Amino acid sequence: MKPAIDVVNISKVYRRFTRQKQFATLKSALLKGSLVRDLQPDETFPALRGVSFQVPKGCTYGVIGRNGSGKSTLLKCVAGISRPNSGTITVDGRISALIELGAGFHPEISGRENIFINGIMLGLTKKEVMRRFDEIVEFAEMQDFIDAPVKTYSSGMYMRLGFAVAIHVDPEVLLIDEVLAVGDQGFTLKCLDKFAEFRRRNRTILLVTHSLDLVEKFCDQALWLDKGQTKAEGEPKRVVASYIIDVEKTEEVELSKAESARLAATASGAPAAADARPSDPAAAGDAPTDMFKATEGRWGTRELEITGVTLLGADGQPGHVFQYGEAVRVQMNVRAHHALKDFVFGFGIFNADGVCCYGTNTNLEELKPDEISGEGVVTFEIDSLKLVEGTYRLDLAAHKLDGYPYDYHRLLYSFRVKSRTKDVGIYRPDHRWTFSPGIRFKTGPASATD
Amino acid sequence: MFHNLAALLRYRGLIQTLVTRDLKARYRGSVLGFFWSFINPLLLLLIYSFVFTTVLPGIHPPEMEPYALFMFCGILPWTWFSSSLLESSGTLIAGGNLIKKVLFPAEVLPIVTVLANMVHFFLGLPILALFLIYYQRPLDPIELLWFPFIVLVQLVLTTGLALLVSALTVHFRDIKDLLGNLLTLWFFATPIIYPMQQAPENMRWALNLNPMAHLMISYQEVLFYVGPHGHWRWLLTLAGMAIVVFLGGYFVFDRLRDSFAEEV
Repeated sequence: MKPAIDVVNISKVYRRFTRQKQFATLKSALLKGSLVRDLQPDETFPALRGVSFQVPKGCTYGVIGRNGSGKSTLLKCVAGISRPNSGTITVDGRISALIELGAGFHPEISGRENIFINGIMLGLTKKEVMRRFDEIVEFAEMQDFIDAPVKTYSSGMYMRLGFAVAIHVDPEVLLIDEVLAVGDQGFTLKCLDKFAEFRRRNRTILLVTHSLDLVEKFCDQALWLDKGQTKAEGEPKRVVASYIIDVEKTEEVELSKAESARLAATASGAPAAADARPSDPAAAGDAPTDMFKATEGRWGTRELEITGVTLLGADGQPGHVFQYGEAVRVQMNVRAHHALKDFVFGFGIFNADGVCCYGTNTNLEELKPDEISGEGVVTFEIDSLKLVEGTYRLDLAAHKLDGYPYDYHRLLYSFRVKSRTKDVGIYRPDHRWTFSPGIRFKTGPASATD
Repeated sequence: MFHNLAALLRYRGLIQTLVTRDLKARYRGSVLGFFWSFINPLLLLLIYSFVFTTVLPGIHPPEMEPYALFMFCGILPWTWFSSSLLESSGTLIAGGNLIKKVLFPAEVLPIVTVLANMVHFFLGLPILALFLIYYQRPLDPIELLWFPFIVLVQLVLTTGLALLVSALTVHFRDIKDLLGNLLTLWFFATPIIYPMQQAPENMRWALNLNPMAHLMISYQEVLFYVGPHGHWRWLLTLAGMAIVVFLGGYFVFDRLRDSFAEEV
């Protein structure tokens, strides 16, 4: 059978103008006699590089990828809005593209008239719009406002109306670009219902989205686009999984990069800031007065120095991205420049909002210091990392019992926790759900450890 | 190109709807609403008659009375022409959302601009008719048959130029500003507020090169001057030229079409 969408080896190059070129005007073009040359690209940016795929009729096809990977460009090319520089695209059947809802609404005229105009723009005839009119209005829940000018609509109403028109064009091929991300929850559900109906009626859907859940649940096939090239294609679960792994790898690289940047900024010996108080003998750096204010930095006398910090995952390898529940070790290499009898090691976890999720130190846990000298290793072991998904920062410190800082590393280290459960908050208590026999679920309760 | 040109016919319904939308939206919210289409040309006429009959009374030959009517014959179609071009220079940029987000035939936008302005021109015609009746001008019905043809020639010419201007403005935004001044110059280089005969002999050749001059003279011949339409040879030549301009304008538009989605 002929595929609904057949994309063969398409490439799209965007032209990028240098600053001077960007401001090139007719005058300068005429003066320099470069009218023709200015219309030629001088610097190019490849948005798509040899992408090929086929979407069979009745298939729901998901396209995922990072920002700037060429997803939207691909969709626009399939829609025929922009044309690829090379390669061919064949689409069998009427297309409707949900790229921007309500594009082309005129603010001054009524919703009623806009439905007609929009419908005709999307390829319906006047009669067809007339026949679907009531259905569109009902779907958009706009019965009371349909005769008011569109400029008086709230953004939700605007989108609902736009969506209602686009979906009632009844296309054989529906292109969707992340439009679900903008509606309220009720509307999103309604859209999903409508898509499900489309699937039942064996229509083809090409979906560009960041919602991996949606791709896993909804799509028959998926494509992962990376820097304009196909990285993986096929079964959605597999494609999504390899995409997630790649995203984690990148995060890992970025986190360690950011960490080395922070460490470099607070490199030992460098006077931290101009407002450091040299009169304060306790602070050899710029110790903030409010210890609970989450500003990063490093201070202390360095009599006892934290020379290196490593985060180790369950596999014993250093890393910055961990799964929920993973066993994690935080390893501090320390060096005492002379023997000390008064010392405490501290540990704190802060979330991205700067909220302290947990903090402790050896003194609080009643470890009485005896002596430290030379080099050593301090390890803080977490058996099971029970944090909700997010990015966290670490506070590590060596100080005297009275708080006099030897070496205080505030928020210099970060790591990311990944979780399959999208629960929220700071702390996840071990828990389970139980229900009396009258309450039934289609799937069993998710285990707390997932 | 000709394939696209043929496809244009399929967009009849769309063009019609958009012209209606344009007309509806234009006066939405104003007190007088649609009446502005009548009032605008009337006010313009009042201004010109004030200047040329009260401030500068002796400037036109006495056989040209009523001078206001003479000017109106030219000003009305000129307004159609100049506002079409001015508006079409911004129409693709204003409709950027459509071009970027919807599969939308871009040439519809300048065409809609020209047609909407044509409707305004038509709405000004009853005012002109009232003046013709008021001054009891003798009108030759045979000569009036030329009128739709003149309008058609102007429509083709204006559409061609509108396509050209709209496409080029996407790349060179200064055309918008340049065009306003160019149109003022063009207005004075066209026999609208003065008759062609009054132009100095040594300037005639230049005026003859101006396509709008022949259009305006044709309007004046049909509506103002008594006697047969003596300008039809020029008009037929112009008709041929208008088609060339239209095809040329469409050719440029078609060549630049793919860049619109990225540039607007």
